[in-house]
Amino acid sequence: MAELLTSFPRRRTVLLASLLAIGLTATACSAPGEDRSSAPKSDAAVKTELGTAPVTLEMYAETGFPLAKALADEFSKQHSNVSFNIREDQFTVIVENAPRVMASDNSPDIIRLPTMVDLVKDDLLKNLDPYFTAYGWDKFPASQLMQLRVGANTRGTGSLYGMGLGYSVTGVFYNKKLASQIGMTQPPATVAEFEQLLAKAKTAGVQPIMQFNKNTAGINFPHQALQNQFGDPTQVADWIFQKPGATFDTPAALKATQAIQKWAQAGYFPKDANALDYAGMVGEFQKGNGLFMFNGDWESANLDKAMPGNVGFFLFPAETAGGKHVAMSAPNTFGVSAKAKNPDAAAYFLNWVHTNATAREIAVKVGGSSPGGPSDLPVPAAAANTVLAETLKASQQLGAENGAVDFTANATGGIFAAAITPELQKLVAGQQTPEGYVKAVQAEYAKELSR
Amino acid sequence: MTSALGSAPTGRDERPARPTPTRAHRFRWARAAGTGWLYVLPALVMYAVFVLRPLALTIQYSLYDWNGIGVARWAGLDNYLTVFTDSDLLKIIGNAVILIVFFSFIPVALGLLVASLVRRITTGAFGTVVRTILFLPQVIPLVAAGIAWSWLLSSNGLINQVLRAVGLGGVARAWLGDFDTALPAVGVIGAWVLLGLCTILLVTGMSKIDPALYEAARLDGAGPVREFLAVTLPSLRQEIGVCLTVTIIAALASFDIVYISTSGGPGLQTTVPGLEIYRLAFSQRQVGLASALAVVLMLLVLACVLPIQRLTRGEKP
Repeated sequence: MAELLTSFPRRRTVLLASLLAIGLTATACSAPGEDRSSAPKSDAAVKTELGTAPVTLEMYAETGFPLAKALADEFSKQHSNVSFNIREDQFTVIVENAPRVMASDNSPDIIRLPTMVDLVKDDLLKNLDPYFTAYGWDKFPASQLMQLRVGANTRGTGSLYGMGLGYSVTGVFYNKKLASQIGMTQPPATVAEFEQLLAKAKTAGVQPIMQFNKNTAGINFPHQALQNQFGDPTQVADWIFQKPGATFDTPAALKATQAIQKWAQAGYFPKDANALDYAGMVGEFQKGNGLFMFNGDWESANLDKAMPGNVGFFLFPAETAGGKHVAMSAPNTFGVSAKAKNPDAAAYFLNWVHTNATAREIAVKVGGSSPGGPSDLPVPAAAANTVLAETLKASQQLGAENGAVDFTANATGGIFAAAITPELQKLVAGQQTPEGYVKAVQAEYAKELSR
Repeated sequence: MTSALGSAPTGRDERPARPTPTRAHRFRWARAAGTGWLYVLPALVMYAVFVLRPLALTIQYSLYDWNGIGVARWAGLDNYLTVFTDSDLLKIIGNAVILIVFFSFIPVALGLLVASLVRRITTGAFGTVVRTILFLPQVIPLVAAGIAWSWLLSSNGLINQVLRAVGLGGVARAWLGDFDTALPAVGVIGAWVLLGLCTILLVTGMSKIDPALYEAARLDGAGPVREFLAVTLPSLRQEIGVCLTVTIIAALASFDIVYISTSGGPGLQTTVPGLEIYRLAFSQRQVGLASALAVVLMLLVLACVLPIQRLTRGEKP
């Protein structure tokens, strides 16, 4: 074997080098990438009829979330000419794959979307404005679809590029047994009250917060929950929507980071948070190892099954009592690919998800989230005494208070992996200062936007 | 004029002697050589398509600023400049260099020790059992090894349970989540995986050493240590060379163990170039910078491996 590795004859090296040179010349003729901006755009009027011809909708969905498949099955049951071909991947994989999959010849019709601005910039997403008009989606509350609008390189305004398969809300789950053990009788009304509960739990030997922080920073949930309360949430939203001049380096973000550092030093997070992943966190919480867990309503149905009657949920409280609630809340976004073969059928499906009674019930029961859609349609009820009923109520309350803010992790395609995750890991381990944290996140953001 | 194809075999070339070339012979041999190339062709095409072309493309991409989809912008050597000046990227390359100690030096040193110990029991059923156990880590997929080790090393994992049981609870920690221990912990997983390969290679090498050499050494009054240094070690030069080459490449190009056990965290403590290349290209969509880092990594591997090849090259018999 050593012989084989060492005695590579010179002649063959020369041959290899020349082959490589040929390869280089062959590929170096043109710059990589294609200019899609001049690609022909179909001006054909959109159809809101499904028709009876057989259609196969290609769907690219997130694994571990059975909602998309459940909706697809029901749709096929109601419309026998439509079948689905569903490919599933983990969210992070979809984030990485989406641009290439959508640029390929086998682009899916309906795709679970990560951040959208880059995809719109590269002309990979279908503009849904014609369907908005055709289906009368203006009857939906405008705030519901705001996060799905992209215009002139910012989100929040402009054309519609996606719809939600449910609209999730985040807050704090709590273990009712542990709560009564430390004397918590009702959800905290202020941030200070919440901090008192944390201290009480710590004294009682109960793990105050069960939160993961391994491959993707789960501590960004409590961080943003605090950041939302400490300043004007519009500032947070502007930053996420990439509005010119928006910055992460704000007093609110700094104050939130200082609080997270304080919580970490006080041992409110698990000691091995940096080695704990999402599934590990949920597992530990279900085992009763933790009073609070910052998470979203997509986990409600699961928690109802795993620890029935023992989980409560509240929106993270404001800084002062009676203050308006602000919470991270985002659509379970799906878009239609610009290269989709059946865009009309895809849009029909997205409209059906919001308006069909059975579909709305599935969105609640399987997805655990509010189904969205026109304000005059009733939200299907969840069984009483379930955490699902509580998250649903929280979602309606948040809607009424108009306090939904997108996730800071969705600001750009790379911000979560490149800055938020490693820097938050450093912060909770005492390797980064709060000032350093907000500056590092802003620096990465500026770097990404400058490209 | 004698064509190169038809020339008589030289001393260096050890092809079987051919009869004096006549025109017909020459034609037949040329045709045979052509047929030879034909046999190689499928492999050559595969090699060109799946190795050379991607290599050439990587070098090309490294000169552009490109998100993988849109139009690329010519960047010249900017990406390389970033690789050599960005403190994060330098730290990441440094991590890979530190891993060489765990992935390469420890398995080779331990492998030599273990091989010397088991050399005498390599025959019979017991020997087979020993070899199987030693080689087991090589058979287990790295992803499975990574998962199993992250359980073992977790804060409530077996290793910490043992530590607490023997009264060393103060030492117990989340080994893979702690800034000080994460990189060494990943290193230990790598050392475990590669120890078996090194041991088996070295045991095989030892079995080829002429027993007369040991007898002679013993007659000269050499003890086991002297015997090891004077006979075993020099005879294993080539095998050690192979072990070092394979394990250093494994250290520098590590991906799966790190991805599974720590995902590069906490912070950038265990991020290695392989992982960063993947992240830059697919999650941050900086295909140019990722390619430049890949090229630098390739050069780094060559810079580490080629001197070892030279040093451990055996004399031609």
